[in-house]
Amino acid sequence: MKIQDASNSIINEFDNFEDWMDKYNYLIELGKSLPMIEEKYKVESNLIPGCQSRVWLHAEFDGKLIHFTADSDAVITRGIANLLIRVYSDHTPQEILDASTEFIKEIGLTEHLSPTRSNGLMSMIKQIKMYALAYKTKLAIDQ
Amino acid sequence: MEKQLQLLDPMVIRKDFPILSTMVNNHPLVYLDNAATTQKPQAVLDALTDYYLHYNANVHRGVHHLSQQATIAFENVREKIRQFINAASSHEIIYTRGTTESINLVASTWGRKNIKAGDEILISEIEHHSNIVPWQMLCEEKQAILKVIPIHENGTLDMDAFYQMLTDKVKLLAITHVSNTLGTITPVKELIDAAHANNTIVLVDGAQALSHIKVDVQDLGCDFYAFSAHKIYGPMGIGGLYGKEHILEAMPPYQGGGEMIQSVSFEKTTYNELPFKFEAGTPNAGGAIGFGAALDYINKLGIDNIAAYEHRLGNYATRRLMENSNIRIVGTAPEKASVISFLIDRIHPFDAGTILDQMGIAVRTGNHCTQPLMDKYGVPGTIRASLAFYNTESEVDALINGISKVEQLFL
Repeated sequence: MKIQDASNSIINEFDNFEDWMDKYNYLIELGKSLPMIEEKYKVESNLIPGCQSRVWLHAEFDGKLIHFTADSDAVITRGIANLLIRVYSDHTPQEILDASTEFIKEIGLTEHLSPTRSNGLMSMIKQIKMYALAYKTKLAIDQ
Repeated sequence: MEKQLQLLDPMVIRKDFPILSTMVNNHPLVYLDNAATTQKPQAVLDALTDYYLHYNANVHRGVHHLSQQATIAFENVREKIRQFINAASSHEIIYTRGTTESINLVASTWGRKNIKAGDEILISEIEHHSNIVPWQMLCEEKQAILKVIPIHENGTLDMDAFYQMLTDKVKLLAITHVSNTLGTITPVKELIDAAHANNTIVLVDGAQALSHIKVDVQDLGCDFYAFSAHKIYGPMGIGGLYGKEHILEAMPPYQGGGEMIQSVSFEKTTYNELPFKFEAGTPNAGGAIGFGAALDYINKLGIDNIAAYEHRLGNYATRRLMENSNIRIVGTAPEKASVISFLIDRIHPFDAGTILDQMGIAVRTGNHCTQPLMDKYGVPGTIRASLAFYNTESEVDALINGISKVEQLFL
């Protein structure tokens, strides 16, 4: 699925929720269903700074696509990580770099998450884009 | 003669705090984050407005009417602060930006002059980062050693350890009066007496104490006492440092600039007398005047009445939280201010705080600027409810209901 399509389908899912409880219930569900990251990747160097809870993000590059896995000790953060992986994982570095982050606003997460928390969210996105840039550079050097 | 305690009526008091009728996420605000900052009564807002509307001018600098009026008001507040903490003289009160700056001032001036290689500075495990980092920086510069008094599981200081650590190498004891995370009230008087018998200077971090308990610096005997206005219903950006006169006199100045000088030439500058020697630059006069109004307000209610009300409300909140077997309270010292840190079993504090916020309940989650303390308890952080005299039992009930909702969602 294209990044834009994945974002749109998330926006549609969140459109169905009438109140905040439903929205958070769904985020919590997503948090609980996020596939477990391998324990060996939950290391200091994979920790994302700027979050109140601990968030680990691991990236693997197969020469074409980047695959992300993530984990957090907070469930809501895991739910958000799940959304980000749905959108950004299994894409080329260039696609990830070009993708807009508008869907976060559209589903009302920035307005419902306090600045300190949304900074955590922004830190996750920033880290994803950093990986994309790093692998794009690696590709250019290798070629 | 002992004054009779008066029962405070929070419903009357709440009318003095306009912000408390705010709606958050379609719920009435339940503000339980008073250890982070307190809300301001109308009297403080009025004092600030009155100052900027009618007599805003630079203090100590003009002969004109407004400057004199502002200077008088600014200096009157210094006297009010002196009375409030019972300092011997108003020039023992230095205006600062708040507790953090007060502690940094002592570290930079007294500390740099008096701390030598191999000396020891004693702090405790429950200190706020503000009472850790300035001493770490000083120790690094001077090759001195920072030592930490451990605590017991309930959050009280290990006094046996303290007495053992108090050797003749210890030149300074920097200790909090009330823990911002656990609420523990430390036995400062005992600590100060022991330190002084050992020729050790004592700084007390009073940020969390001033609004909750009666502070008398002469009775305590501390050498320095640091505090912030915004933790006691006054404005942000203003606070103070109390220091014993003879110690302040012997200290070099902090920052250089206007007001702190007596005469300046390019060859030599002589410094002003106390307290101005430590007050370089234009001060936060409006903030100070707001601080004065806050102290008047506290005096009107009576600090002992406030302490009694908060003690009762703190006990009520503790009892209600303990009814839930999923909740673990972190910090159960017998002597406690109305600050309650807790964890809900199997729920991350961040998750709980996010959902409570949706219900208009403001609590603090995280490490509360006391990371070493969180490490000690082996927790990622806690949820902290910190109560003030305008909080009510029904607000505590709202927190309890909020926690039920959180449990419903996550468990």
